[in-house]
Amino acid sequence: MDNEIKAKGSARRQFLADTARMACGVGLLGLGVGLYARHATALPPAAIRPPGALPETDFSGACIRCGMCVRDCPYNILHLAKPEEPMSTGTPYFVARQLPCEMCEDIPCVKACPTGALDHSLTDINKSRMGLAVLVDHETCLNFLGLRCDICYRVCPVIDKAITLDPQTNARTGKHTLFIPVVHSDHCTGCGKCEKACPTEIAAIKVFPLYMAKGQLSAHYRLGWVEKEKAGGSLVAPDIEHQYNLPEGMKYEVGKGLSTLPPAEPAPAMPGTGSGLPKAFQGGKL
Amino acid sequence: MSATPLRPGAEAIAEKGWLVAHKWLIVRRISQVGILLLFLAGPWFGLWIVKGNLSYSYTLNILPLADPYVLLQSLMTGQAPEKLALIGVAVVLAFYLLVGGRTYCSWVCPVNLVTDLANWLRARLGIKGGAHISRKTRYWILAATLVAALATGAIAWEMVNPVTMMHRGLIFGIGLAWAVLLAVFLFDLFVMRHGWCGHLCPVGAFYSLIGKVSVIRVKLPAREACNDCMDCFAVCPEQQVIRPALKAINGAPPVILDANCTNCGRCIDVCSKDVFALGSRFGGTRAYGVAGGRGADGALPSGN
Repeated sequence: MDNEIKAKGSARRQFLADTARMACGVGLLGLGVGLYARHATALPPAAIRPPGALPETDFSGACIRCGMCVRDCPYNILHLAKPEEPMSTGTPYFVARQLPCEMCEDIPCVKACPTGALDHSLTDINKSRMGLAVLVDHETCLNFLGLRCDICYRVCPVIDKAITLDPQTNARTGKHTLFIPVVHSDHCTGCGKCEKACPTEIAAIKVFPLYMAKGQLSAHYRLGWVEKEKAGGSLVAPDIEHQYNLPEGMKYEVGKGLSTLPPAEPAPAMPGTGSGLPKAFQGGKL
Repeated sequence: MSATPLRPGAEAIAEKGWLVAHKWLIVRRISQVGILLLFLAGPWFGLWIVKGNLSYSYTLNILPLADPYVLLQSLMTGQAPEKLALIGVAVVLAFYLLVGGRTYCSWVCPVNLVTDLANWLRARLGIKGGAHISRKTRYWILAATLVAALATGAIAWEMVNPVTMMHRGLIFGIGLAWAVLLAVFLFDLFVMRHGWCGHLCPVGAFYSLIGKVSVIRVKLPAREACNDCMDCFAVCPEQQVIRPALKAINGAPPVILDANCTNCGRCIDVCSKDVFALGSRFGGTRAYGVAGGRGADGALPSGN
């Protein structure tokens, strides 16, 4: 009887020990895999996801790594990440400098996706946001140097909307115009054609994943001129006329600079009183 | 050399001839390589019969097939599949419910080619012993992969899964996945007999859950003819599944009902007494007057 109880007890102990060992061993393995997965969900800057790809954190749960998008891409631009590549193994991406997205109107890659990893509600390729082009290097961009390269502007599939040329004075020559390519995030799809076409040795304009390329104003920021337009007038009404706080006997005129006041003007009787003060401090209506 | 004991299956070869004694092995290799070639025909020869890989594929633009395990992980992360993937899962589940869950392991999975080679080499080199890990470990790992998906929001296991890594690698470019496969090979060769497929792989563990109720089974219509030569045990990758059916443990019917039998059919090949045959779990078993219900998900097998 005693032996039976002892045997039962030892069997129970053995069971608990076995279970604990298993749970710890496999738990460690799971922890390792989980941590690795967390690290691998950060997309490297050169890897651009196909059109309609969910934000990276959702994508790594939705993409089952089947490669259907890779197969149905008529231009063979997509790859599946290999284990040694610094992103989620088996997920699709393209490198714009090698082969950019051709922006097919029927978006076959999205249609091929068996999960929601590539959002099937994307039907207009111009609405896709694979990434965002950024003119990263102002020192080597030929247009910044004063040349009329304009290639990024001209190859852009959303020409005059995603990239515009902003004329600025060429301060170096003093008489020419710089045509500065400016990317507009409300139209840029991130296809990467500009990066592919950039003629410099290393592209001056590059496409980055949105999270890297796009800034964001703080939520409480308001643009005064936008608010003014919305309200139909100034919200801090009325604007104060600018006053120059100059030494006595001096005046400032736009375009002319400083000059002494004509001596005909009578000097104020006492400092700190009367008209010697700027208007703003003289009381009355602002 | 004459003292060397006969290799498993030698008796069967002498009795039935080499071809018959390797029948199921040959058919199985044709299946494994054939399925791989179907996937490779597109990228290699431009013959697009099948697109995709074992996670999801589309055959002749008609038949979607999806791996229920990877989609379950995706579901755990809070993502839902599209219609074709759901149809694909249904087709795959129905298929393996019929032919046996772990039939996937021995007839489809490409890693089986690697681990079978390791096991064959292990036997030829006479490598014995090694680590002892419970065969239940795979179910713990299976659970861990699902927890990892839930916790990270990513299909974490797919980043390291040697099964999909190999298949995807062969079709889309292998990269360093060969190193992972080499690790599996070396593990099975030196560290543990049937270590990966038989003890650790959560993919196999998942498919074995389907196998608990699947129809096609290895049966033992002539178990009385067994002469205890042990050849079936020697070749079986899941040895624990044979004994209950062969030795009628607790009145088990003459059909292998263990969920981890991979239906590889090697036992049928190597048995010189033709004890084994492939059949359905229904019929036959009743003729022996033994209830089949208990064995289906019966007591966990003994041994490692």
